[in-house]
Amino acid sequence: MIAIVDYGVGNLFSLRSSLRSLGLETEVSGEAERLRAADRIILPGVGAFGDAGAKLEATGLAPVLREEAGRKPFLGICLGMQLLFDRSFEYGEHPGLGLIPGQVDFLGEELEDKSLKVPHMGWNRLAIVKDDPLFKYFEDGEYVYYVHSFYARNCRDSTLGISRYGNASIPGAVRRGNVWGTQFHPEKSGDAGLRLLRAFAEL
Amino acid sequence: MLAKRIIPCLDVRNGRVVKGTNFEGLRDMADPVELARFYNASGADELVFYDITASAEGRGLFTDILRQVASEIFIPLTVGGGIRTLEDFDRVLKCGADKVSVNSGAIANPSIIGAAAKRYGDQCVVLSMDVKRVEGQFHIFARGGREDTGIDAMEWAVRGVGDGAGEIVLNSIDTDGVKTGFDLEMLDALAERVRVPIVASGGAGNMEHFAELFTHPGVDAGLAASIFHSKQVDIKELKRYLRTRGIEMRL
Repeated sequence: MIAIVDYGVGNLFSLRSSLRSLGLETEVSGEAERLRAADRIILPGVGAFGDAGAKLEATGLAPVLREEAGRKPFLGICLGMQLLFDRSFEYGEHPGLGLIPGQVDFLGEELEDKSLKVPHMGWNRLAIVKDDPLFKYFEDGEYVYYVHSFYARNCRDSTLGISRYGNASIPGAVRRGNVWGTQFHPEKSGDAGLRLLRAFAEL
Repeated sequence: MLAKRIIPCLDVRNGRVVKGTNFEGLRDMADPVELARFYNASGADELVFYDITASAEGRGLFTDILRQVASEIFIPLTVGGGIRTLEDFDRVLKCGADKVSVNSGAIANPSIIGAAAKRYGDQCVVLSMDVKRVEGQFHIFARGGREDTGIDAMEWAVRGVGDGAGEIVLNSIDTDGVKTGFDLEMLDALAERVRVPIVASGGAGNMEHFAELFTHPGVDAGLAASIFHSKQVDIKELKRYLRTRGIEMRL
């Protein structure tokens, strides 16, 4: 069973539907026991880092997630990926789960071409920089769907795939041990995204 | 870099897809779920659903359709039509919409943009504008293009983005349904004023019109309905053609 962490952030309809369409048993839960019982955990998220981090803290699940991340495949999606890092500088400084070394910064700052739009929203190619079982059914350079204004930095060692936007190299997929993260939304990336989720379910 | 997006638009009334010409004389075309599946298989980058139902019964039918589409099609879905309150946002987001577009609802109550952006994030709020030239000025029209509000369209867009709209759909009433190409002049004027993605709507008649559209760098996406529904233009073929013209496309 794949547990989707429910901490009151974001719309889980598509994520749950996409896993179900692959025939995978899923459960949306905010209970520590259910997360412990799961084979795999997905941490979703949309919105602002500070707000989401506070909500996650309020559930008391953060220590459970840190513990479970060492035991089973764990995937953070979009803001859920950003929460895996040490800290974020989205409207102030906020601590993350610290599961992957690195930080989260404003993408607009990095872009030299100020005519580029932020949020980085739409379909961009994911170039694989490090082979990984997550890419078992995914081809180098396939398009994935992004919606975000902040991005992970100083995480070169854990970066599996990047997308280029102007002069910025955005880490699109990362991994450290059992913990994976995607900045894009696999549940909104059409067939390519579904294949990625399928690979995650087989890890 | 980001690929340019091709977006079919499905106007839904009483559970069926309709498409009018210059907003009048609506014609029944197809089953929305079937059509959504067809477009997903054809490589559409996103789907837009407009609910043009007036009755509560039709509204329920619409959310059922939306839920069905969202449970089997995994590309971004934008929903508009009759969005006036945060409860309306909530209703369609719970059925699987990713973005919600406001038009008349924002004219009646401009604060809806800021309130929705604060609750759901800028990326979720799309400002849809029906615009027509009146004595050389771009005016916002309300009530499905029937009523001149007298509001300057460019000022309206700047204000909407300032309040938190994360994307703009610009529908030119002047070119809508006449299939002679997108309103490039109007789109350029908008691109000069805002820094959020711009979706062009109204006027697509053939593949060349899209190629022309995407030579304008401020435009991120092209939206059309009837030429796709009638299969006059096939999305897969269109995207291949645009790529040969040097435009980045997801194939």
